[in-house]
Amino acid sequence: MNRPQTLTRAIAFAAAACVAAGANAEPDTDQLVVNEEIEMITEAAAPAHTENLSTVYSGWRFRADETQALQMDDFENPAMIFVEAAAEVWSTADGTKGNSCASCHEDVESLRGVRAVYPKWNEAAGEVRTLEMQINDCRENQMGADKWKYTGGDMTNMTALISSVSRGMPVNVAIDGPAQSMWEQGKELYYTRTGQLELSCANCHEDSYGMMIRADHLSQGQINGFPTYRLKNTKLNSVHARFKGCVRDTRAETFKPGSADFVALELYVASRGNGLSVEGPSVRN
Amino acid sequence: MASGVKPRVKVPKTAAAGETITIKTLISHKMESGQRKDSDGNPIPRSIINRFTTEFNGENVVDVALEPAISTNPYFQFDAVVPEAGEFKFTWYDDDGSVYEETKSIKIG
Repeated sequence: MNRPQTLTRAIAFAAAACVAAGANAEPDTDQLVVNEEIEMITEAAAPAHTENLSTVYSGWRFRADETQALQMDDFENPAMIFVEAAAEVWSTADGTKGNSCASCHEDVESLRGVRAVYPKWNEAAGEVRTLEMQINDCRENQMGADKWKYTGGDMTNMTALISSVSRGMPVNVAIDGPAQSMWEQGKELYYTRTGQLELSCANCHEDSYGMMIRADHLSQGQINGFPTYRLKNTKLNSVHARFKGCVRDTRAETFKPGSADFVALELYVASRGNGLSVEGPSVRN
Repeated sequence: MASGVKPRVKVPKTAAAGETITIKTLISHKMESGQRKDSDGNPIPRSIINRFTTEFNGENVVDVALEPAISTNPYFQFDAVVPEAGEFKFTWYDDDGSVYEETKSIKIG
């Protein structure tokens, strides 16, 4: 006698489970405005060269409300501690030439827009350069100072400072002309399966974004928010450190941060987010 | 003094008399718990902020005891009623005896 009722209940339960799964499969619809001032584009039509996505979403849209809130106010954004530390380094002379960043660039605001177009082809050097490579070039040749470690604290703090003045501007990385071969190399890497788990970047961040990866909500792996303050290690994380972590998690030997392989991958991944706002330094899990 | 310690406070510049305002404070501090070991296996000595207080015109507003489980860069947010114009005084006490202070004045208007 109870049977139809139980069945109805079972169906209702199944329907509820479907709704829950549906909610997990999508980014949320929250709007990101930082300091009640900088309106961020966290959702944009995918660039034409990103064939397999129709819409690109910032990783911010996949985070819990509490984590999202941390990024909406600079006072609450823990990354700003590191930005302030870099602001001091900015005007501190270092190296044999007695120069600081400020000696040439004056106020850091003069670098507004820089983060949005890197990695970028450097004609004089004949290579694609990341922001980190450019900073080390400045340190070596303009300041006569030692290079910073590619994913070290000083370096990541400085990229966060430079990124912070470009917040809200759309990412606009050039992929044509001399940068094209590097971009093709990065695309190749993005779709190449690595490690014992045989996973490519695309398996998680293109095929499966929105789903859960253990306790975490998978994003599209956009890097518009880098460097990123992660709650798990309470420090700023650079793009290449994150790449390394991802490749390691496929149980592979990783590429080296700062290597040509990762520079190519950064160029390609950055270009997938063309149109999203520069958010760095952002706050993520 | 532990390195890289910098207190930060956010208090509205003005409030109506009797208004409840929200105060946010953050201090950069590594908050070494004393329970970790270095690469040679030796314990790293505890070094934390152990007390945080706020006073308004000399009257106590909050007085917090901090323990080693509190994360790096401790952040506090709390509400306070502002009866009159005056000055908030924030004080953090470090294990090593250092005291970090910050003051913010608020007007009625």
